[in-house]
Amino acid sequence: MSVADIQVEEHLAHDDHGDHHEQSFISKYIFSTDHKTIAKQFLITGIIWAIIGGALSVIFRLQLGFPEMQLEWLRPILGKWITEGGKLDSEFYLALVTMHGTIMVFFVLTAGLSGTFSNFLIPLQIGARDMASGFMNMLSYWFFFLSSVIMFVSLFLETGPAGGGWTVYPPLSALPQAIAGSGAGMTLWLVSMVFFIASTLLGGINYITTVINMRTEGLSFSRLPLTIWAFFITAVIGLLSFPVLVAAALLLVFDRSFGTSFYLSEIYINGEALPNVGGSPILYQHLFWFLGHPEVYIVILPALGITSEIISTNSRKPIFGYRAMIGSILAIAFLSFIVWAHHMFVTGLNPFLGSIFMFLTLIIAVPSAVKAFNYITTMWKGNIVFTPAMLFSIGLVSFFISGGLTGLFLGNSAVDITLHDTYFVVAHFHLVMGSASFFGLLAGVYHWFPKMFGRMMDERLGYIHFWSTFVGVYLVFFPLHYIGIAGFPRRYYSFTSFDAFSSFADLNSFVSLAAILTFGAQFIFLFNFFFSIYKGRKAPKNPWNSNTLEWTTPELPGHGNWPGAIPKVYRWPYDYSKPGSESDFIPQHIPYSQTPESNLPHEAELAKKEEISQVNESK
Amino acid sequence: MERSADIPVGNVRVKSMHPKKFAMWLFLITVTMIFVSLTSAYIVKRAEGNWLLIEFPSMFQWTSAIIIISSVSMQMAYIFAKHNNLLGVRASLLGTALLAVAFIVGQFMSWGQLVNQDVFFVGNPAGSFIYVFTGLHVAHLVGGVIFLIIVLINAFRYKVHSKSMVQIEMCATYWHFLGGLWLYLYLFLILNN
Repeated sequence: MSVADIQVEEHLAHDDHGDHHEQSFISKYIFSTDHKTIAKQFLITGIIWAIIGGALSVIFRLQLGFPEMQLEWLRPILGKWITEGGKLDSEFYLALVTMHGTIMVFFVLTAGLSGTFSNFLIPLQIGARDMASGFMNMLSYWFFFLSSVIMFVSLFLETGPAGGGWTVYPPLSALPQAIAGSGAGMTLWLVSMVFFIASTLLGGINYITTVINMRTEGLSFSRLPLTIWAFFITAVIGLLSFPVLVAAALLLVFDRSFGTSFYLSEIYINGEALPNVGGSPILYQHLFWFLGHPEVYIVILPALGITSEIISTNSRKPIFGYRAMIGSILAIAFLSFIVWAHHMFVTGLNPFLGSIFMFLTLIIAVPSAVKAFNYITTMWKGNIVFTPAMLFSIGLVSFFISGGLTGLFLGNSAVDITLHDTYFVVAHFHLVMGSASFFGLLAGVYHWFPKMFGRMMDERLGYIHFWSTFVGVYLVFFPLHYIGIAGFPRRYYSFTSFDAFSSFADLNSFVSLAAILTFGAQFIFLFNFFFSIYKGRKAPKNPWNSNTLEWTTPELPGHGNWPGAIPKVYRWPYDYSKPGSESDFIPQHIPYSQTPESNLPHEAELAKKEEISQVNESK
Repeated sequence: MERSADIPVGNVRVKSMHPKKFAMWLFLITVTMIFVSLTSAYIVKRAEGNWLLIEFPSMFQWTSAIIIISSVSMQMAYIFAKHNNLLGVRASLLGTALLAVAFIVGQFMSWGQLVNQDVFFVGNPAGSFIYVFTGLHVAHLVGGVIFLIIVLINAFRYKVHSKSMVQIEMCATYWHFLGGLWLYLYLFLILNN
């Protein structure tokens, strides 16, 4: 099994012992190749996007909850998107939901989550000086930045940003004359996504290479923290699925700009026949969902990895079923590629095919349940320390279960006929994917903030933030199940003209109020985050008494992470409350020969063969 | 630069792959996925009907031959580099680059043959797909030519030799991959028309 060796990356090794030579501001904070700085860049950009994405959802929730409301006061921000009568423009409403989805799925929960924590934790937890290629890593962030700028600019176009839903199905998205949002906004959406995919692939190639080739001595795959396993598999999924989105988007670009007919067939628009013949819009859905479904696991798996680490540390117990956790990550990753058509049950899919995809979809419940049970059994009879990070991790488990259960309904091809494209779907994925991943992101920030900035975040504000968000999320998304079962379709601008829906008007107002309060609660976090960067309590080296390697670095690790030699790894990362041991945690770099009182029989054998030496860095 | 990393595990040292070469293989996987999904889309679309039977340009046979020869010449460059025959390296890299240009011109002429039988980029997807396959493949090949030129420049600077093989190895891998990719696409089109 391969172990890290830095000598192959000679240029890297040279730079990385470079605490003694001063870097300019630009190479240190802007065009940095240091994985920790890049991680922070991803985090801050992700936070900014989360505020924008959340604010957009508040605007359309105002429309849904209070359709009669005068929105004249929003004119300074939205300009002509507020109509003469002081209402939200109905096409802009579509743009709002589209951009909310795009921003949250790709910019916040893919780039913000994987970009931040894969970058920050992979080298630190596997004992590497930096990523395999610092330059590619830097490029990954700046492609993301460029893609962010393009998407941001599209918000201010006269015709508005893309409006065809985050899935941008043709023919709506392929015909610029279809709606305002299919014009320049859609073009910028596609351009932005090209750079986004380039960024994701550059990052992913780096993560995989680093995990496989640069682990420190003794850190075999069977001793890897579950965070790294999750980031690793996430990167593999991204590597296999994002190119498919490239293919789908490429054909869409050709249809839009060159007049081909991959997705278009015999269409009349405004009474006029288009020349396109022979295409199929369903083809796009196949291609899109071949990425789209793995994408939801790209979003949730890193959050689950972060949770595994935090729950084990704060339960002061080894993770329950370490190998089962790895197995379930692998199983979820594998299944993610063979279930895409469950998004297409009502497209006229052959019912027999539908039943196969239903069967495969329902199998996902097995590894998911394994994970949920393992989290709960890890906490069972543990000495739980309720840090804010731990609370957010437990919150994630809660959302993962309650949102996952509704997946069983939706994965059922017969039940899906009535539930498809209703608010039931919205409730399902906002809980299981949106809120769960978002909680994983927050848990990660609270847990690793001390290592990122050398200071602690305020715990009391963390508790207030947790409870208001946790309760708020349920208040927002639980009622949506009922609204969905009642038959409310997604993406409708207004329901006031349907008598059948009038009895749900109050519930919709309630959801909107809860959404506004939950959004407001995030500013507690923002204050806590930015205030603590500068004024927080100084953090000790290992504030949570955790086992993994990042806590052996200095309070604020510099370029190259460890000032001296890289620690060697002797054990798995979950030796918490080991019987016989005085301390309730034994970090990974402590040899078995130093812990004779707690060694299991086979570990005592290993202790005899142990060679205590520093990692050989021939530079 | 070393060919592979010498890695200590306990008392033994094992060979592991060079990180850059490894990253290169991952890149090849992403390119493969793009073409796999496009060819799958082709199959799905064809199965839905409303399809056009197309006679493939005869030029494709010539370009296939050219790209196979260019792969041989690339492999020769690699062998010459291994034996420190610098002249041989330069000559065969240059030969590969010229064959690549011939291939690109050939693909362009095959588009002309398609146009002559009224198969345009815009029209029935059966024809559009051929343009997309060839065009996207050539786009990747242009990237390969740029890589080839970088290696060629390094060969003139005495930087490609038996002790410094990583770059030419990566270039050869990518080149053979592109050749294989074209043969796959051509075979795919023949079998699925």
